[in-house]
Amino acid sequence: MTKITDSPAKFSLPKLTYRVWHVWRRNFDVFMKTIKVNFLPSLIEPILYLLALGFGLGGFIQPIEGVPYINFIAPALVAISAMYGGFFECTYASFVRMYFQKTFDAIIATPVSVEEVIAGELLWGATRAALNSTTVLAVIGAFGLISSPLALLVPLISLLGGLLFASLAMCFTAIAPNIDFFNYPAFLLITPMFLLSGTFFPLSQLPPVVEVAALTFLPLTHLVNLIRGLVSGRAEGFMLLSLAWITVVTAALFLLSINLMKKRLIK
Amino acid sequence: MFAVNSLERYMSSSEILIKAHNLTKKFGNFTAVDHINFEIYKGECVGFLGPNGAGKTTTVRMIHCFWPLTEGKLYVAGFDVSTQAREVKRIVSVAPQEDNLDPDFSVIKNLQVYARYFDIPKAEATKRAKELLKFFQIEDKQDVLISELSTGMKRRLILARALINEPQILLLDEPTTGLDPQARHMVWEEVRSLRKRGVTIILTTHYMEEATALCDRVLLMDNGKIIEQGNPVELVKKHIGAEVLEIDNDEKLLHALKAEFPDARFEAFGDRIHVFTMQPHGVFERFLERNSLTNVTIRNANLEDVFLKLTGRRLRE
Ligand SMILES: Nc1ncnc2c1ncn2[C@@H]1O[C@H](COP(=O)(O)OP(=O)(O)O)[C@@H](O)[C@H]1O
Ligand SMILES: [Mg+2]
Repeated sequence: MTKITDSPAKFSLPKLTYRVWHVWRRNFDVFMKTIKVNFLPSLIEPILYLLALGFGLGGFIQPIEGVPYINFIAPALVAISAMYGGFFECTYASFVRMYFQKTFDAIIATPVSVEEVIAGELLWGATRAALNSTTVLAVIGAFGLISSPLALLVPLISLLGGLLFASLAMCFTAIAPNIDFFNYPAFLLITPMFLLSGTFFPLSQLPPVVEVAALTFLPLTHLVNLIRGLVSGRAEGFMLLSLAWITVVTAALFLLSINLMKKRLIK
Repeated sequence: MFAVNSLERYMSSSEILIKAHNLTKKFGNFTAVDHINFEIYKGECVGFLGPNGAGKTTTVRMIHCFWPLTEGKLYVAGFDVSTQAREVKRIVSVAPQEDNLDPDFSVIKNLQVYARYFDIPKAEATKRAKELLKFFQIEDKQDVLISELSTGMKRRLILARALINEPQILLLDEPTTGLDPQARHMVWEEVRSLRKRGVTIILTTHYMEEATALCDRVLLMDNGKIIEQGNPVELVKKHIGAEVLEIDNDEKLLHALKAEFPDARFEAFGDRIHVFTMQPHGVFERFLERNSLTNVTIRNANLEDVFLKLTGRRLRE
């Protein structure tokens, strides 16, 4: 017999079963229904960045470490789309499902547990991230900005990175008193990360203290680092460090977010 | 009378399906459910009756493992809700008080997706969904989004959803609150026919007519405690008698009544006086025949009178 002790008091490892996929499937079904309005327009944005920054601004910028500017920012756009995908899915979208639609309440009344609901949401957030970044990958590929078959690993890396951002997002969802609360992490965390993670200029341009801080605290720096390496084919040892950093932080945030959500949902 | 007989039948066949011992739920320092004890028998329709805030929803939520217990023990079909939530949730379904249908899906997709949470295969889920939509008379809405349904239809869809896993126990939290009388009677009919199929039903309500119309047994709740329980008709007979006389506050009349009915209880509600005797039908009518009075009403005693007598509070407040 299964033992489920949904005790919110102690930090615990979630007990997850295949039922996580039922939750994932629910979100996937909605996604497929609304793909034309919710997904395709999001493709326009990276194309605009490519045009404006890559072709437009890039014409005035000298190559970075021998790489043309447009080739420098293209992989970053892939990583950024993974960040946005994971983060927004598990903040605004999860909050709507939890708070306004009471979807979690409805699911918890079935054999699916709270932990499985949250894990399903996180995996769905990671999936959204991977879908976003894979699409952007295809776009930069179409512009001839991929130089290595290693780029085929990008969806997998985006799934992992997406799980990180989804888990980070879910921590905020667990403590959000209302939906406007997400303006704080969106503007104070995501926007700085968007600009300062070696996305549009090399980290080495920043004062050393800021550079070290970015590498220590900003997950996007590591995701950009990994994806840039795979897309350009210039793999380096530092990438393994980034992979390790992302793996460890993802695992920690995954567990933390599930525990925080249990605390919020189980009274 | 049917209800009383059936109650006895259940008591004697007496397979206990739910057993609560000192069941308690605290939110911080506030005790919402306070050491209650009850048993629910297989095939019964039991009502938790009480004013808003009495602890009905909280009790229901502990039965379907939504909230952990603070204290006490609760067994559902032999499973301990504190350690065997998955087993309990497989055989218990709930139609919650608030609408938590999935607004992102059509009517039938709501049922299909919900069935998936119970591991019901797609073909079987679709078959059951169609049957349920037919039973609840919403089959012509099957492809419509939830937002386009009326409140009554949403209620019925929530009931349909709760039945998708063919539960042994059905929990209905305020199944008719906010419905117009027509929709309410429709839900009542459906609850009755589910009962006939052998589903054990627990419903919460603050409508005494509803409890009287549907329940073999009611548990009256107030301030997190069960203050009385029994068959609705029996409870009224036991505490109130058959009829209640309502009169204006008039010294002389009161005097005459007290002389006629020395055991009567008089309660003032605003400028009206309610007179309770434990006596059978007709006593007030005979009294009125001998005294010509205006502005008097004789009505049947009801559960609200019982509740009022036991707590000094009205059910609907
Ligand atoms: N999540 C909660 N946190 C704090 N108090 C709660 C919570 N849920 C219910 N209560 C309180 O518990 C009491 C009983 O509530 P409830 O069981 O919903 O009553 P009923 O269903 O009989 O109207 C109420 O006073 C309510 O305010
Ligand atoms: Mg309630």
